[in-house]
Amino acid sequence: MRFLPHSDADRQAMLAKIGVAAIDDLFADIPADKRLGGPLDLPTTQSDIEVERILGRMAARNVAAGSVPFFVGAGAYRHHVPASVDHLIQRSEFLTSYTPYQPEVSQGTLQYLFEFQTQVANLTAMEVANASMYDGSTATAEAVLMAHRLTKRRKAVLSGGLHPHYRGVVETVSRLAEDAVVLLPPDPNAGEAIAAAIDDDTSCVVVQSPSFYGHLVDLRAIAEKVHAVGALLIAVFTEVVALAAIEPPGAQGADIVVGEGQGIGNALSFGGPYVGLFATRQRFIRQMPGRLCGETVDADGRRGFVLTLSTREQHIRRDKATSNICTNSGLCCLAFTVHMTLLGETGLTRLAALNHANAVKLADALSAVPDVSVLNDTFFNEFTIRVPGDAAGVVERLAARGVLGGVPVSRLEPDRPELGDLIVVAATEVNTDEDRAQYAAALAEVLAPAK
Amino acid sequence: MNEQGRPTAPTITDTTSRDRTFTGNRGLQIEEPLLFEVGRHDVTGVDLPEAPKTRSRLGKHARTTPIDLPGLSEPETLRHYVRLSQKNYAIDSGIYPLGSCTMKHNPRLNERMARLPGFGDIHPLQPLSTVPGAIALIAELGRWLLAMTGMASVAMSPKAGAHGEACGMMAIKTALAARGEKRTTVLVPESAHGTNPATAALLGFKVVAIPADQDGTVRPEAVKARLDGNVAAIMLTNPNTCGLFERDIMAIAEAVHAAGALFYADGANFNAIVGKVKPGDLGVDAMHINLHKTFSTPHGGGGPGAGPVVFSDRLAAYAPVPFVRLTADGAEFVETRRQAGDTAAPFGRITAFHGQMGMFVRAMSYMLAHGADGMRQASEDAVLNANYIRAGLADLMSQPFGDRPCMHEALFDDAFLEGTGVTTLDFAKAMIDEGFHPMTMYFPLVVHGAMLIEPTESESKASLDLFVATLRDLVLRAKRGEEARFHAAPTLAPRRRLDETRAARQPKLRWEKPEPYVEAAE
Repeated sequence: MRFLPHSDADRQAMLAKIGVAAIDDLFADIPADKRLGGPLDLPTTQSDIEVERILGRMAARNVAAGSVPFFVGAGAYRHHVPASVDHLIQRSEFLTSYTPYQPEVSQGTLQYLFEFQTQVANLTAMEVANASMYDGSTATAEAVLMAHRLTKRRKAVLSGGLHPHYRGVVETVSRLAEDAVVLLPPDPNAGEAIAAAIDDDTSCVVVQSPSFYGHLVDLRAIAEKVHAVGALLIAVFTEVVALAAIEPPGAQGADIVVGEGQGIGNALSFGGPYVGLFATRQRFIRQMPGRLCGETVDADGRRGFVLTLSTREQHIRRDKATSNICTNSGLCCLAFTVHMTLLGETGLTRLAALNHANAVKLADALSAVPDVSVLNDTFFNEFTIRVPGDAAGVVERLAARGVLGGVPVSRLEPDRPELGDLIVVAATEVNTDEDRAQYAAALAEVLAPAK
Repeated sequence: MNEQGRPTAPTITDTTSRDRTFTGNRGLQIEEPLLFEVGRHDVTGVDLPEAPKTRSRLGKHARTTPIDLPGLSEPETLRHYVRLSQKNYAIDSGIYPLGSCTMKHNPRLNERMARLPGFGDIHPLQPLSTVPGAIALIAELGRWLLAMTGMASVAMSPKAGAHGEACGMMAIKTALAARGEKRTTVLVPESAHGTNPATAALLGFKVVAIPADQDGTVRPEAVKARLDGNVAAIMLTNPNTCGLFERDIMAIAEAVHAAGALFYADGANFNAIVGKVKPGDLGVDAMHINLHKTFSTPHGGGGPGAGPVVFSDRLAAYAPVPFVRLTADGAEFVETRRQAGDTAAPFGRITAFHGQMGMFVRAMSYMLAHGADGMRQASEDAVLNANYIRAGLADLMSQPFGDRPCMHEALFDDAFLEGTGVTTLDFAKAMIDEGFHPMTMYFPLVVHGAMLIEPTESESKASLDLFVATLRDLVLRAKRGEEARFHAAPTLAPRRRLDETRAARQPKLRWEKPEPYVEAAE
């Protein structure tokens, strides 16, 4: 067995040193009648060649995004990731190290976390960021819990522009934690009157911009109303590249900013692992969830980094902790930070401009298709189209023509028949003019009345 | 000092032995500034085409302020992060004996498999008709997990162990509510991971601690004494965090069920018993499995993890969406409560999308490669290695629960250091100078000055022999009065001890531009 270094002779020698006759003597505490007599009913060991064949066949049954004109977004985005990102995150010293609990031999991890925290804080225009959460949706739920602790109130108001899965996660956590949650109806037209839902019991208001449907939201106006009742504004984004093009939430009065960082450095990977970004104001740091990396000095006075403020965390505070989170998304943070370092201000700004321009061109191409309309006045790289009839069927027929054309809203909102004709469509820098032309042509074909 | 007697700030001591250099570098150890000190706003390592001219659809929302993100060219980026990597210890550098963390070898085949375009480059919301292989992989991984655990159903979406705990406890709360019961307390042994009480508290449960017995395990009587109609569940880790199998688990499970409560098992230590016993045969109702421990998906400096949860019949119907339902003609992927129909009552959704697919592929690759026989052998070797270390150190170090076999990790306390002036922390830091990553320190909390050593099955006998010999030498040095050396350690690592107190008292959590230097006026 290629992964196990011992020979049988080694094992015998070690058992002798331990002073037992057989390996099962070491498992004697397991109730005898429960111990397995024979092997599990599963295949036995296989060589790398066989494993590659089995998994390779499974993978080949899927349509890879890079193999077709691809316009799917809705919370995960296909951006080009430079080859050096993947090379660096596979360095053994990053890939096979643990949480940096021994800082003297973990400065590599700690320093990139410090760089990550600074990049996230700057992007969101907030004062501090943590060393990441699992993903955008769980970061949103954590932000709501944090707002409850800060305001000592227990009611969250969720915008109808928030990603339906994020709404589902916050609703589930709130219901089971016995906190109140108000879900405003889905808002594909960006017309909701959120102010009417805010009252003196409101702990926080959760608003996504760009919204799930792609609309850009004026957070300033909402922040004013939220703050007037002593509540907090939680601003959410699912496409981190957007922050380079639009006014950052921190500049618009957000108290907590959370979002999905996958779009920079990380593959689509069918939904995970991703990296949740979490930023807030300095005065709130003691109520933050998750790990924080801080600067300090060593015994020789040299700069170094450590995990800090751990008295918030479960391994110290147990049932009084700010969160139960332990694992973060370390390696996904590294991918984010390396990609962001490669881009820099110049590259990121250009990347955002390219995404926006490609989306504008796509919106023009699709709205020229008969019976198709674009719902948005404003958007970054994603918008919503209305098609005649069942959007899920249209997306399916587009796929049959080799175009992955977006997400039918009904897949995420099956209980809302009124949203059944909407498709959320995304464009990024990887799309070409040919891709767009192919999409528009396929859509026209799919929608053409049968002859 | 904190409550566990762990010093949090270093004593400044002069290390005259250090060779001073002009650069501050020491041979291959190269000092590396922060990105923000070397990057420039007008430098980029990615060439992108100029955006085509279109009208803007950003409306009044366009960004008007700079972001402040310095960039580096590609060669500078490589050099910056490679230099940082060289300041890290890793499994691939040597034994990484962190108890409870399972730092086993990460096969590189798994990395290659996760990067196949058919897995790595598929979108969670592209039509299901275009991803049958992905659904098949999730179904197959679930099937293996159920076969290994003997449980009834599995929730694949939890993102990590603690997220899995939340998932399991949410199912328990939902099942109790479905019975029309509102139970308010959860029993958690004092030796448990901190995530257990934190998870219970997150869901509004009151946590009642169960003390460990003299021998490091939980007595059924101690559980029974705290069981009543208000207890929703017990959260028990088995093997426990003292490295011992809870031998009275059947009696505990029986008592818990008799009281109408449910049994949550923390599966963090499942790696000790794969192929030896099925948790489903031990009365467990829910258990998370850390794919990043037992099934070798890389720890990556703290994550990402993956924490699928297996359920007994009592809880199976409440598993959250999404899940895979096996049907006559394959697998149906259930994404919404509406789709779940009448046969299931999912308690909700705990993450966007479907879970840690990248980790699923890696874990599947590990399982296929090891097979039933290899995984059983891995568990046996992990236990063998821990006991080999225990046997090699038993005469010099102190075991809190007597000289008895352990499972996959060996636990020592600091009694053997009494009178030496050396603490567990000092001892751990001295290991760094010897080229080892320390063991888990000061956990579990029930043992004073705990040192929890988990070698995993990946270590050869030669590697273990050197490790044991090194620790023996350190113990003898401590007992010989070489206290100062321990207090100064580490002196050979990229950094000496760091001032944690200062970091917490004056939190500096991001880089800020230094104030420009102004010459003092005459």
